[in-house]
Amino acid sequence: MIFRHPVFWLTLTFAGLMIAVPWRGNNVSMREDLILVAIAIILASNLNLMIGYTGYVNFGHIVFYGLGGYIGLYLATVRGWNLVLSALLAGLAVSLCALLFGLGILRLRGAYFALATIGILVAVQSFVSNFDPWGRSTGLYVSFDAYQPLGGARRALWITYFLVIGVMALSMILSLVIKTSKFGLGLFAIREDEDAAVVLGVNATVYKAIIYSVSAFLPAVAGTLMFYKNGMIDPSIAFEFMLSLEGIVMLMLGGKGTVVGAALGGGLYEKLRSFLLTSPKLSNFHLVIAGALLLLVVLFAPGGLIGWLYRLVPRSEKVIE
Amino acid sequence: MSGILASMIDGLLIGAVYGLAAMGLSLIWGVMDVINLTHGAVIALGMFGMYLLFAAFPINAYLLLLPIIAAGLVLGLIIYWTSVHWVIDRPQLASLLSTFAVNMIIIGIGTAIWSTSPYNVNFVIRGITIGAYTFTGNHIAASVAAVLIALALELFLYRTRPGKAIRAVADNREAAELMGISSTMVLALAFAIGIALAAASGALVSTLFPFTILSGAGYQMKSFVVTVLAGLGKPLGALVAGILLGLLEGAVTPFIAVSWIPLIEFGLFVVVLVAFPKGLFARATA
Repeated sequence: MIFRHPVFWLTLTFAGLMIAVPWRGNNVSMREDLILVAIAIILASNLNLMIGYTGYVNFGHIVFYGLGGYIGLYLATVRGWNLVLSALLAGLAVSLCALLFGLGILRLRGAYFALATIGILVAVQSFVSNFDPWGRSTGLYVSFDAYQPLGGARRALWITYFLVIGVMALSMILSLVIKTSKFGLGLFAIREDEDAAVVLGVNATVYKAIIYSVSAFLPAVAGTLMFYKNGMIDPSIAFEFMLSLEGIVMLMLGGKGTVVGAALGGGLYEKLRSFLLTSPKLSNFHLVIAGALLLLVVLFAPGGLIGWLYRLVPRSEKVIE
Repeated sequence: MSGILASMIDGLLIGAVYGLAAMGLSLIWGVMDVINLTHGAVIALGMFGMYLLFAAFPINAYLLLLPIIAAGLVLGLIIYWTSVHWVIDRPQLASLLSTFAVNMIIIGIGTAIWSTSPYNVNFVIRGITIGAYTFTGNHIAASVAAVLIALALELFLYRTRPGKAIRAVADNREAAELMGISSTMVLALAFAIGIALAAASGALVSTLFPFTILSGAGYQMKSFVVTVLAGLGKPLGALVAGILLGLLEGAVTPFIAVSWIPLIEFGLFVVVLVAFPKGLFARATA
């Protein structure tokens, strides 16, 4: 059972702390820091489902986040629908798109798949930049009235923050549930040797399409919430290729294929990045430092932080998924 | 009608430069099964290399290609020994990430030095005017240079011993080693040549358009498209596919807004990947 798993309770405690600490002190700047951490964890955890579990590199993962943001923001502001409903619909719509795309491009393996995901990212970005109802390259703005249903802007920002933390907790729990399920075992089999997995009765085509689609859902929901909170969206921030790649750095840093590793890497990398960006001496070199870090991890510690922990304390592998 | 023709000829000229950029990517990919994500950053370095050299020695910019190619070879060896050699036998994710890490380092340093504001190389060759249309001399010279470099590479690969060794290692690394070829040396050489080609194409682009340190990314994307159209490890095919891509761009530009072009290109890219994963020029094999 999932409730017996220590990581489940760890996730809930973590999410509870992230809600309680800034809320108690009404600490807005801490909230803004933590929401970025939560978004990083959401992206890294869901990317982990593809890269860590299934062994397929998705360079264009951010397309789910951006497209979800656009669909949700369009429904919530232009159409004036309920925010939660809009976010869920955006998630469903993006998952459905991912399923359709996935059935096509998941016939490709290895590097070919990775390149196709870049192709999809650029094609979708280019489409949105030319799509009139979504404001082409200027994007969409949230008018101040749109925050009224949630009781004004001040309350709306806190509510979206709590929702984002909720999505973060769900992302980690989803990773845990999949990892401990038979479906997850099928994905691991595909990662280790796809041909052997097929021979042993894993329906690889269906499994891959499902996980690709599932990995799209929560990032799309988070996209709606985040861009609603920011008050605007445009194609260059919604589909930022760099953020897509940084998601991979987070995953490698924490340890791909593990629930805690994805969250740890996402959180740590986001903290590191905001420290470097705000430091006057180092802000110009944040890419250099992140790149050097990634290179060192890839060359010397391919298991990331969690892989290192497993080697140090072998028993931890039984407890920390 | 003649407007479309002129636009297509211009596309064809630029397409040769796309082709040259893609040849570097295609060579590395074909020989060692590594997707070189430093490609875009090296193209940008080629642009700035040309900018700096031309500022120091204001002679014919196309003569400056030679030192840029030489520097590219050295840079390629450095990148190979720091980030590629150690991961070459690991799963593909490792080399994707290690080359991407180098890409971040180069772009980071470049941004710190040159920021992201645009630069250009102020070198103009007089163009040719036919009727109402003028083809700029730079476009013609750049495409001629691209084709010459491509032919030189082809001669190198098919007529010299090191070139034949590269093709042997691409075909079958173990068999090549049994024949006494040092595959490590050959891989390093192929990687260096691939990087030098990317730098050269960047230098050529810098004589055509203004550029920033981030401009390489767009050409890297185009290189992926071209490489996939041509099929892996076929450098001359990449040149042809690059010219085709340029022609396509030239042919559609008069009819639709430029901002739609990426959608067409990358839509085509995904379709070709799925429908012809071995490239358009793949021979039917038994």
